[in-house]
Order: sequence, then structure tokens, then C-alpha cells
Amino acid sequence: MMMTNAASDTAAAAARAAAAGSGGASVSLQNLSRSFGSVRALDGLSLELAPGELVALLGPSGCGKTTALRIVAGFESADSGSITVNGKDISQVPAARRDMGMVFQSYSLFPNMSALDNVAFGLRMRKAGAAQRRSRGTELLEMVGLAQHAKHYPHQLSGGQQQRVALARALAIEPRVLLLDEPLSALDAKVRLQLREQIRSLQQRLGTTTLFVTHDQEEALSMADRVGVMKEGRLEQVAPPDELYARPATTFVAEFVGTMNRIPGDLRGCGVVTVLGATLPVQGRTPGGAIEGEIDVLVRPEGVLVAVVPNGNGIVASKTFLGSLTRLRVLLSGDVTVAVDMPSAAAAAMPQGASVEVSLPAQVAVIVAPRR
Amino acid sequence: MAAVVGAERGSLGAPAPARRGRGWGGGGRGGVAGLRRGFPLWRWAILLVAGVYFVIPLYAALRFAGIGAFRAVVHQSGFASSLGLSVRLAAITTVITLALMLPTAVYVHLRLPRLRRLLEAVTILPIVIPPVVLIVGVLQVAPGFLKGTPNLLALEYVILAMPFAYRSIDAGLRALDLKTLVEASNSLGAGWLATLRRVILPNLTTALLSATVLTVALVLGEYTMASLDLYQTFPVWIVVFDQTSGPISVAASLLALFVTWIFLLAIMTVGSRSGRRTGSQVALFSVVRREPGGS
Repeated sequence: MMMTNAASDTAAAAARAAAAGSGGASVSLQNLSRSFGSVRALDGLSLELAPGELVALLGPSGCGKTTALRIVAGFESADSGSITVNGKDISQVPAARRDMGMVFQSYSLFPNMSALDNVAFGLRMRKAGAAQRRSRGTELLEMVGLAQHAKHYPHQLSGGQQQRVALARALAIEPRVLLLDEPLSALDAKVRLQLREQIRSLQQRLGTTTLFVTHDQEEALSMADRVGVMKEGRLEQVAPPDELYARPATTFVAEFVGTMNRIPGDLRGCGVVTVLGATLPVQGRTPGGAIEGEIDVLVRPEGVLVAVVPNGNGIVASKTFLGSLTRLRVLLSGDVTVAVDMPSAAAAAMPQGASVEVSLPAQVAVIVAPRR
Repeated sequence: MAAVVGAERGSLGAPAPARRGRGWGGGGRGGVAGLRRGFPLWRWAILLVAGVYFVIPLYAALRFAGIGAFRAVVHQSGFASSLGLSVRLAAITTVITLALMLPTAVYVHLRLPRLRRLLEAVTILPIVIPPVVLIVGVLQVAPGFLKGTPNLLALEYVILAMPFAYRSIDAGLRALDLKTLVEASNSLGAGWLATLRRVILPNLTTALLSATVLTVALVLGEYTMASLDLYQTFPVWIVVFDQTSGPISVAASLLALFVTWIFLLAIMTVGSRSGRRTGSQVALFSVVRREPGGS
């Protein structure tokens, strides 16, 4: 498991939260394991959340991220390991007494209650008076921009509105921890984007410690203070989004987050690699600690240089306009295709079929992976 | 606190129109008109033939009994006691059936979803097993203090009502995302009792009413078991009385039929009111939940 710089990141997040006047709780997941039959859903997961921090768990289907969230919520129990909130072990505390607000993937509003009654439900369970419930419920509905829908029933609301009511309901109880289980995945792209910003804005304003599970890397990278990438029940890396993107700790993280090119190269000892005719330093460890041999160099599309030259080492195979950027697919010898992102204005000079020279910037350290 | 962002501006002004569930009109005028326009002639013909098939015997029975027989039937000896016994049995049977079926169905849906098919198969057994066998079975296991009392008959009726009650409740549960609702309720601090009372039961009102009506209708019309157990329930009294006065017996049968219909109409009325609130439409064996208007 890679937990590079995790402690310093946690401290940084804590400082940010403290600066924002956070009332959130610190959460610690220690060595959580859980198996379903022969399938090991969680394999020694450890993670620290600082007060007021939003941590996203990102990973492919079946990587254990939802299991981790459900264990934190109290809906599943871990085979081993523990969860502490503000230093107190809550592993044996039932879900109803954990003081955690949760927003589910599917619309989970109670169909028999109006939006206001849904939001006030948690307060009713805490024996709050009718006036307090109404006032707090209205306040929360105003916060998510749905005060005028207070009397509407769930089936009278759109999916996006339902999720906003669900968010208000989860926040109404002033939870110590907010748990978000892919709350945006059932919504269409535009609403997803709006709600994403709204959730982040509310979370930062209230300073609620939040654990967010998603398989959408754009969501994770844009919303979270730190992102934990999971694979087969384990955390591969936990880091702030920019670090995760620029300095992935493993090949899996490098290829799971964003787009990554694989270009064949040769390890030449002393931590250098030759690729596309250049000799570059290697970032991090080599596969299996190898010193020499054939490997693949991993490079982001925006990290590749391309120029139009006669008799270059590649041919522009296709162009995809992405707005300010254009993605070129350049065919190199050996049937290797490289994606290159460049400003659309510059890409205009590179028509499909043009001969180009593909290279990597000098002195920039590259990540290497075993040859496929 | 002010709203953070005016997300989804287009949808804030008015609630999104509810999409109509399968097989049921949304209740709007346009929907009914559309239904009429889209109802082909051959369907009207089938409806007419079926209607005639059911109405003619009723009309004949009404003609045979005459209005006077309806006035006379309530004064006949044994009428009040047999009807009272049937109503009492219906009440006991309904309470026991719901008390057994509701927690079982909820538990299976939540914790043992893989057993749902098996439970469906088990609950259908009373339909295929002859009543005599059921009676013998119940007699074997019934506690001593119940033997020789009409309450034993209620236990037999519980078994008979099981297929109908289970299917009604199961349909109601299937229309809910029960697991998520229960987990949402728990996460908000509700224990099991509060979740059952405030979340599960209110969303199963129509399904429970359906189960109740079916159970009551079954008990009010059941003859074989009561007759074999030598209890004079209302249907048994009708058959016995038939040998004394045909018209009065027929009037009693029609009365029983009308009472059952009134029950059914009541359930449909209550069900549609509750459905308007929760966005679901309930028939006796199916529940359709309307989807939200969009994302």
C-alpha cells in the first residue's frame, strides 16, 4: 500500500479546516478487512480524515470503496480493523447512533413525506419540537435552493431536486461525518456538474468531514481535498488531486487517473531510460527494482511534444477537437499510437496524415512500467 | 441562510410532471381522454361480453330474490350469529395474517432476498393442497386450548389467506427501494421500530389494505373448512337456509357479495388517495411507483 506523504497531507487538510473554522470530526479507518465468501472486498484499508476534510475514494467497480463507506456508516461490519471518530472507537456502535449523514446513489427520500418532513425526519428522531423541526428544515431547504418545494412529495421533484433534498436531510442533523455514496451518478451531466459544485460549497462552508465514494475521476479530482485510489480492496495512493495526477505512486494510479500514453523504452542503468531517442531520468521506482531492460514509459498527452517535420518519426492519424485543446493521435513506428494534447490553434497546422516528430521534454523525469 | 447556487433553474419554477406508471392512468384528464381514444373496439367487445357474463346471473338472482327478501333476511334466525362469527373470524384472521406476513416479507426482502422465490412457492401451497389436508394438519399442531373453539378456524383461514396476503405485501415492498429507505432511516437516527412505524408502514398502506380486503373477502366467502369443522359461519348459514327459503338465501348471498364489493371500493379509494401522495398506484397484486420527472 502506498501512503506517500499521507501524514503531511492530513496535517495540511487539518490546517485548512481549522482556518475555515471547522466543526468537523477526525475519522480514522484502521486496517479494515472484509470478505464476502471468497471475495476479499477490503484488504487492510487504512485512511485518516482530518476535521473538515473531503476525501474521495476512487476506483473501478468492485474495488471495495462502497464497502468501506458502508462499514463507516454502520451498515456492514468489518471482519477486522476499527473505525474511530474523534479518537473514539465506533466499530460496535449501530448505524442509528453514529451521527453520520448519508446521501445514497438511488433517490432515498421517504415517499410518504414531503420535502420538509424528509429533511426534518432526523430531527424528529432526536425528539426536536415541531417548531424547531420546521425552522431547521426550512433553513436547510433554503440552503439547497428548494424552500419553495417544501410541501412537494418526492415523486413531484426531479432527480436533481431529490438529491438536494437528500443532502439537506443528511446535513439537518449536523452530522459528525457526511457520507456520499455516488450521489451524482444517476443524474444527467449538467445537473451533476451543478450539484457537484453545490455539495462542495456547502461542505466547505459547514466544515463537515466528508467521505465521498465515486467511480468518476473528474468528480473526485474536482471536489476532494484528497483522493484515495483503490484497487482490489486496498488503497494504492492517497494524495491531493494535483499530486495524484502529476506524481502517481503506482502504474495503476497513473493509468486509472487521467489519460496516459505507453511508449516503449529501454532502461539503461543508473536510473535513466531511453525513449524516442532521448535519455531521461526515471521518476520513482523501476518495475521490480530492475536496472536494465525493456519497459514502457508512461507519459500524459500534454507532456508529449510534437512538431511538423518532413520524414518525422510519426504520422498524425486522427484529430479530436476538444475546445481550447485538440487531441492528436500520432502513429509511431512499431504500431504504437500516442495521444498528444495541444492548443487547438497550433493543432490547425497539423492536418491528418502530416509527418511529425514526436519527442519528450529534456530533463523531465518519467514513470516507467513493465512492458506490455 | 441563503441558497448557495440556483442550480437547475429550469426546474425550480414548477414541479416536474410525474411520469405515468405502466398500465395505470395518471389521473389527469388528458390521460383519460387519451385512454379512451386509444381503446380499440375489440376491447370494448370483450369488456361487454365479460360484463354480460357477470351481470346476467346477478340480475337473475335479484329478480329471483325480490326486494322484500332483503328486508326479511336480517330477521332470520341464525343470520346475526353466523354473520357475527364470520366477521369475528375475518378480524382475527386478518390480524394474525398481517402480523405473520408483514415482518416475514420485510425480513426476506431486506436480509434474505435469495429466499424470495422459495417463499413465493411456499405461500402458494395452500391453493394446491386440499382443505381437508390443511384441516388435519392444523389439528395436529394446534394448541389444546384452541381445539373445539371457532378460533381454530381462524388459524386455518390464516393458511388459506397466505398466498393472497403475501403477494399483496410483496408487491408493495417490491415497489419500494426498501433497503435504501431503511438504511437512510437508520442513518438519520431511527431504530427498527421507528423505521417500521414511520417509513415502512406508511409506504405499505395500500398493500396492507389490499391484503386485508382479500383476507376479509376470503373469510366471508369460505364454506368448505367451516362446514367440515361444523361451524355455522355466514356461508354455511346461507347453504343451510337455502333448504328453507330460496329467495332469502339468495338475498343473503347477494348481500355478502355487495358487502365485499363495498370493501373493495373502499380499499381502492383509500389506495388512490394514498397513491396520489406517495406517487404509487396499487392494484390487488401490483404496485406501480411513478418515477421522478427527470434528473
